[in-house]
Amino acid sequence: MNGDVGRALWSHWRRNPWQLITLLAGIALSTALWSGVQAINAEARASYAFASDVLGAADVARVRKADGAVISVADYVALRRAGWPVSPVLEGKIDIDGQPFRIVGIDPLTFPTTLTGRSGEGPGFLGDDPLNAPIAIAHPDDLPELATLNIQLRADETRPRGSVLMDIAQADRLLGPRGRIERLLLRPQLPLGVAELPEKYQIAQTGVKTDVARLTQSFHLNLTAFGLLSFAVGIFIVYGAVGLAFEQRRGVFRTLRALGVPLRRLVILLVLELGIFAIVAGFAGVALGYVIAAALLPDVAATLRGLYGADVAGQLQLRATWWLSGLAMALAGTAIAAGAAFFKLLRMPMLSFNHPRAMSLGAQNAGKWLAFCAIVLFLAGVGVAVFGNGLVAGFALLACLLIGAAFSLPWILAQCLFLAERRARAPLAQWFWADTRQQLPGLSMALMALLLAMAANVGVSTMVSSFRLTFVDYLDQRLVSDLYVNAKDIEQAEELMRFLDGRFDAVLPIVSVEARIGGLPAEIYGVSDHPIYRENWPVLAAIPEVWDELVAGKGVLASEQLARREGWSIGSTLPTGDRLIGTYSDYGNASGQMILGIALFRERYPEVPELRFGLVTETPAALEEQLRAEFNLDEEALINQRELKEFSIRIFERTFSVTAALNILTLSVAGLAILISLLTLATMRLPQLAPIWALGMTRVQLSRLEVLRALCLASLTSVFALPVGLALAWVLLAVVNVEAFGWRLPMYIFPVDYLKLGLLTLCAAFLAALWPAIKLARTEPQSLLKVFSNER
Amino acid sequence: MSARILIIIALVGLMAGMAHAQGFAGLGRDASAFSQPMRGKEFDFPRDHGAHPDFQIEWWYLTANLTDAAGRDLGLQWTLFRSALAPEARVGWDSPQFWMGHAAVTTPDQHLVAERLARDGIGQAGVIADPFEAWIDDWQMVGDTFDSMQLRASGPQFSYDVTLEATGPLVFHGEAGYSQKSASGRASYYYSQPFFEVAGKLVLPEGEVEVTGTAWLDREWASQPLAATQVSWDWFSMVFDSGARMMGFTLHDSDGSDYTQATWIAPDGKTEAFPNGSLNATALEWSAVSGRDVPTKWRVQLLEKQVDVVVEAVNTQAWMTTSVQYWEGPVRIKGSHAGHGYLEMTGY
Repeated sequence: MNGDVGRALWSHWRRNPWQLITLLAGIALSTALWSGVQAINAEARASYAFASDVLGAADVARVRKADGAVISVADYVALRRAGWPVSPVLEGKIDIDGQPFRIVGIDPLTFPTTLTGRSGEGPGFLGDDPLNAPIAIAHPDDLPELATLNIQLRADETRPRGSVLMDIAQADRLLGPRGRIERLLLRPQLPLGVAELPEKYQIAQTGVKTDVARLTQSFHLNLTAFGLLSFAVGIFIVYGAVGLAFEQRRGVFRTLRALGVPLRRLVILLVLELGIFAIVAGFAGVALGYVIAAALLPDVAATLRGLYGADVAGQLQLRATWWLSGLAMALAGTAIAAGAAFFKLLRMPMLSFNHPRAMSLGAQNAGKWLAFCAIVLFLAGVGVAVFGNGLVAGFALLACLLIGAAFSLPWILAQCLFLAERRARAPLAQWFWADTRQQLPGLSMALMALLLAMAANVGVSTMVSSFRLTFVDYLDQRLVSDLYVNAKDIEQAEELMRFLDGRFDAVLPIVSVEARIGGLPAEIYGVSDHPIYRENWPVLAAIPEVWDELVAGKGVLASEQLARREGWSIGSTLPTGDRLIGTYSDYGNASGQMILGIALFRERYPEVPELRFGLVTETPAALEEQLRAEFNLDEEALINQRELKEFSIRIFERTFSVTAALNILTLSVAGLAILISLLTLATMRLPQLAPIWALGMTRVQLSRLEVLRALCLASLTSVFALPVGLALAWVLLAVVNVEAFGWRLPMYIFPVDYLKLGLLTLCAAFLAALWPAIKLARTEPQSLLKVFSNER
Repeated sequence: MSARILIIIALVGLMAGMAHAQGFAGLGRDASAFSQPMRGKEFDFPRDHGAHPDFQIEWWYLTANLTDAAGRDLGLQWTLFRSALAPEARVGWDSPQFWMGHAAVTTPDQHLVAERLARDGIGQAGVIADPFEAWIDDWQMVGDTFDSMQLRASGPQFSYDVTLEATGPLVFHGEAGYSQKSASGRASYYYSQPFFEVAGKLVLPEGEVEVTGTAWLDREWASQPLAATQVSWDWFSMVFDSGARMMGFTLHDSDGSDYTQATWIAPDGKTEAFPNGSLNATALEWSAVSGRDVPTKWRVQLLEKQVDVVVEAVNTQAWMTTSVQYWEGPVRIKGSHAGHGYLEMTGY
């Protein structure tokens, strides 16, 4: 009997291939978007997890000079001879064929074995004979450029792009003998009874990369949110397709039940049917996701590398986890989408009708039911916003907002159409609105998908653009000086000062010391009194005379993160005994930061050398050239703020290209949903169109009306999507980001972008409606006539 | 004590990224560029206590039999290996000379091991002849003369700091320090100081232990000293209660044949060398160590000197879990001559 029932159920899909395609495409596309984004995330994370493993930044402590001076080979040997198991890392940039490459030299003999253990290789992984036949390890895509190095190359896909790992002797040769060591990694296991670390050295527990990890998490979180939204768009399509199929198969179900098929068996077979669809489409989706990820990953890698200095291998590896998670999402998504349909099936009376009007009436009830759900969701969202805290609450709020908005769409559209119908005077207009309203139930799921797609796009573009504006502003404000100079030591600093005398407008010493505030790492800075700070510093909240008080040593400033973390407010007395007189934004910095007036700083930390300076000058480029020539300063030692800013902005452009690509993808998915819904409806619509045609409307006029209808619905949806998208952006910037990272991004509005997005949405709707309209325009008159002859 | 040769060859192998047997093959590469041991060499001290970078491999190898206040038999090892990829010393990261240190402390129920690796040319490890100093990181063997030195090493679970005082002369193995290793004539320079008295303290996981005892220092250097087919060995150093000492080894060839050498050292330091075939070492008992079976009880005979003794490990589990793995530990000696000593075995 199972076979017969199965064939009966399958016959529906055979007669309605478009519906089957909708269903499969919905599952596949949602899975694809989700797993594509996940793949990018997983790949990026795995890449810099590996990078920080190799370079020992994440878990391996480092030893550095207490005064921040350069570590020499003599320092390294002195520490080794004192029993401290440190391992040297040389690092520097060289140009090969005009391409900048980061050369990383390690000493395999002393390299912490836990690290090499991770990569599954012993200390000899740098070749048979590191002196006579040296080996360099680099990403396969980098090998062609490196061929001129005269080093045997080994490809390793887990290496970040643009970075070459080699023996320290080779790195030293390539970088030019400098006698300096960039990093000293400390093996976690110390020998028994090792002598105290000499006072001029310090152990730095957290590497810079840790901050990078936190920052990149922000980027990943946003991508994940985008992935989830895209998934939701797809799932709405599935929901629509399943709902429609169940609705249309009522007759089949009724007949089967009447023939004695038990409800249980019917349900089991339907579950089986959907399960198979989900798995097939899920597989296709994961594969498609791989394609999407592979296409976008180079851009994401470039974004992360440039923005945060985190290296990501530019090539994708298939990971079992996201295959599994992709399939699980496909199954779960289908289950959620089909839940309501099964619920209805279980409650379906044995004898129910299958008629468009009945369906529409039922759907109106369903619309009311959805609107009710939406209200409950909105209320829940308010509850979460008021009472909840933490990242989960942030995401819960996001979910309530979006699903609530989607659920309320049919009701809102129905109200709009009802109003329009009432205001319409001409009979054709009245018919148009009434007919649109009648079509609404069949299109509502596709429109919900469109709403979500557009809202997601508005939200994510707002977020990314706000991020960019804020960051550029922030760079402007924080990088107040035109040039930044890092002197090697006190002597060089003094020489620099002598040289600079009279060549600049202001010189601002930058001094800092690491401290622990509230048990967590923090930096304490000293700043001098200069109008440039007063005018530019990104102060968020402060007492009126904040800079005078700061200079006088009567108070301190704290970064937003630190103040939030410790629960300080303006006027609080801090654990250091100081009064907090202001807070400022310090995006992306995981460590807290505190600012003292330079006088107070010098008094408190007399031992901290003044090696860094900001220079204010009218002619930064000329001064930069002079300084580089005079003092042989490398890239790290002299930073031109303008270039830094241009670089950051270039990186954001990359981020945009990723976001834009995802935007177009989600909108295309929504457009496809509309197309498929319209195609499905087209066959059922002839009975409604035939009388109008018979009254004298031409087929071309009718098809124009069809396109107009799609545009109307899409415009209404877009108008509603805008506030939803803005709310989404607000939640991402002001709630989720604060919960996740401790800092809030100000939100900016970009009306022109939204207009463009709206036009893009209309384009999608227009393209989706075009083919069904052309089909209608070409419908044989006899098909329309048949409607009357078949009428009973 | 050619036994240690394979270890140093393996160090080259280690540098070669092949810390195991297949790495030995790379050694023959440039051996011709290195100096070779010659018969009739006149040793020049203190200069020859220092490093010989023109030879491919070299070591300073000290083992000590100790007792604590409770009368427990203990042992310690301090070894510095030098290995060269080219016959020259160079200043900087790209020096072709490499150093490897092994240190161990053995008690009847513990065997604690540490290893250090370093490259030459930057001062992290090295050997200076006068005043004598051999070091890698914080490990060192240092003294104004070779007869009076301080010895230090540390690992994650132990450390030691002892003094060494020589009570007898240096002794030279083989033909006045030219020690042949195979029938085909491969050889090394090999001398020892077997007359050290030791005193100092060990730091073990359970606390500090004051110890006294005797130590034996081996010095050996060569270039390509073993035939390619010589794959493993058993090496014995024995300190008898009579004040006499004895060194003997068996090199095992992959074709099943053995090559032995032995040196009898009278209490006054006079030596007598015995050619291939005089020494006879037979395994009596095997122990499971680190996933393999290793003979930890031996019968050792040197019939020309009426030696017929049973040599038994103080701790059968004295496996060196270093990048090149081998068995090295203190032994007790009974039979025709009673005493103590050290046993080293590789290739198991």
